[in-house]
Amino acid sequence: MNELPQQLANGLILGAMYGLIAIGYTMVYGIVQLINFAHGEIFMVGGFGALTVSLWLPDGFSLLAAIPLMIIGGVICSVAVGTAAERFAYRPLRGAPRLAPLITAIGLSILLQQAVWKWYPDAKKDRTFPQFSGEPVHIFGADIQRGDFFLIIAAPLCMLALAYYVNKTRTGRGMQATAQDPDTAKLMGINTDRIIVMAFAIGAAFAAVAAVGYGLHNGQVGFKMGFIMGLKAFTAAVLGGIGNIYGAMLGGIVLGVAEALATGYMADVPGMEQFGGGAWKDVWAFALLILVLLLRPQGLLGERVADRA
Amino acid sequence: MRNRSALILTTVLTTGALTLTACGSRDDKDSEDNGSGGNTTVTIGFDAPLTGDLSALGIGMRNSAELAVKTANKENTVEGVKFKLQPLDDQAQPSVGGQNAQKFISDKGVLGVVGPLNSSVSQSMQKPFNDASLTQISPANTGTELTQGDGWKKGDKKRQFKTFFRTATTDQVQGQFAAQYLIQKAKVKKVYLIDDQKTYGAGLAASFKDTFTALGGKIVGQDHVNPEDRDFKSVASKVKGTGAQAVYYGGEYPAAAPLSQQLKESGAKVPLMGGDGMKSEEFPKLNKKAVGDLGTSVGKPVEELASAKKFIEEYNKNYKENMETYGGGTYDATWAIIEAVKIAVADNGGKVPSDGRAKVLEAMSKVKFDGVTGTVSFDEFGDTTNTMMTAYEVSKGNKWESKFSEAYKPR
Repeated sequence: MNELPQQLANGLILGAMYGLIAIGYTMVYGIVQLINFAHGEIFMVGGFGALTVSLWLPDGFSLLAAIPLMIIGGVICSVAVGTAAERFAYRPLRGAPRLAPLITAIGLSILLQQAVWKWYPDAKKDRTFPQFSGEPVHIFGADIQRGDFFLIIAAPLCMLALAYYVNKTRTGRGMQATAQDPDTAKLMGINTDRIIVMAFAIGAAFAAVAAVGYGLHNGQVGFKMGFIMGLKAFTAAVLGGIGNIYGAMLGGIVLGVAEALATGYMADVPGMEQFGGGAWKDVWAFALLILVLLLRPQGLLGERVADRA
Repeated sequence: MRNRSALILTTVLTTGALTLTACGSRDDKDSEDNGSGGNTTVTIGFDAPLTGDLSALGIGMRNSAELAVKTANKENTVEGVKFKLQPLDDQAQPSVGGQNAQKFISDKGVLGVVGPLNSSVSQSMQKPFNDASLTQISPANTGTELTQGDGWKKGDKKRQFKTFFRTATTDQVQGQFAAQYLIQKAKVKKVYLIDDQKTYGAGLAASFKDTFTALGGKIVGQDHVNPEDRDFKSVASKVKGTGAQAVYYGGEYPAAAPLSQQLKESGAKVPLMGGDGMKSEEFPKLNKKAVGDLGTSVGKPVEELASAKKFIEEYNKNYKENMETYGGGTYDATWAIIEAVKIAVADNGGKVPSDGRAKVLEAMSKVKFDGVTGTVSFDEFGDTTNTMMTAYEVSKGNKWESKFSEAYKPR
């Protein structure tokens, strides 16, 4: 009867997905102060890349062995789209007023959606994604689907790799320097153009990993899936403090858990019967966002940075 | 300079995106000879979601309507008249449907419109069509209030729009039929109720709830979901604790498929039941654990009707997309307009009357023919007189299989 562990697990898995996508928003924002609204579609393209690989593989190929290949396929597609977007849509606008790249991002998002809709075979409706068969595994009072272990393993691994990369490698430190002050960083000999491309590429790669998780979790991918997920991930990035990579993951998990708990329990609060359930979960998630931003405008882990506009 | 090229790029991208969106409805091959050899061309408008996640249903409808038009032209059903289908895409959005309605109205050659799929879209089309006296027949709108008004629950039925007809039975009939099936045939007493808050889903759930409780069943919980969501784990976890023997869902297959699968994965091993919006061939494809799920649909399964044999044969010969739930109903709806045109032309001495729209509308009440789904005619509200309902179950082979058909009398 006690469904709390189950709801926490549901929220955690959803949150890990939000967090992985949110990394892309937060890294790009941290470095070029651009909200890349096409990131949700880059996530979607990653999902279709992974799906394509799984369709190429012969029948009877073990899914466990296919997953690394699917990740590679998804990452290649989304990184290609992400870096191409940077090179051809955002870089020419770098000196322009902020609204120009923002609108470009929205245009790009529609373009990518429609391109997949138009040219990917049979993508005019949701496509089925391979899934693990077998019963869910029971741990700590929660049933966890086999496919969801992918996210449980992949999300922390990705975070560790990213933390190492940003703090320990030369390019990573160059990234931090560019985020702090792009002009000075350039004077110190950092190739900022390359750094910015890297930020887009890493964000896109993480989005592709999230997309594989999404496919395994929901059993389908569709050309519209990037919109809602992108919006939620952006919210997660703001919630955690935009520009902060750990904040993005934390924000994602807080958002996911808040949604699950709102669905599961809000109706049990006296006087709130009609405000519970799946229809109101987004309302509560965003109420939480507003509350956090009122008390901590910089987000959960964000630092107060002077606006450089 | 740099800024200017950037601006051009932005413009190109945005225009490109917009063009692509607009392209959606025009990717079909149209090679019909219209108007040649002294023939008058009558256009039949068609509206349904041809893109987006409900497009499987919409494209099946478009193909069926096209088939009806082609058949009429080939068999020369109406002497001296060639029919032409003009399909528009509404993306399942009421605002787009409203714009399409205006487009049909301003084209004087349009004498009737078939569609749309969604009740919510229909609500934005009924009034303009009514003002223009343009006949509209929906093969899929099941919202009871569309024909009988909001007072239908209290028995205060009032026809809303003289121009609106449908070949689909109402949510009222469908929800009641589902409730009766669950109680009497499936012996289910406790149901968890979920809907997607749209006109169709909420109406279906409401009608189901009333009948199910009246027949002695118990609704052990109720929830609403967002039809755009694909993650229903939290809702599924909640169902598990309530002891429900089945879940009834008012909504359509794109959300119903993951909902059903996640229900079973969460450990609540109960079937999901839904209406004709869920009973799509896509549903078992998108759902690994669909076996045992139930759905209701209007009319007898077309495969079992002798009158439908020819239609199915012709359809499969001409189209590769599945005809889906509304194929037969759409063919009949289109044919009803063709029949009405035939009556109007016959009354006018073999010519299309100058006030074609008014005459076609007048003829609608006289239309009666044996269609794909049975005898097609309309009652005083514009509803179909055919209340045949069928319950389906997803069989072991992961296909919908008809279980039980009945000409249901609404309570």
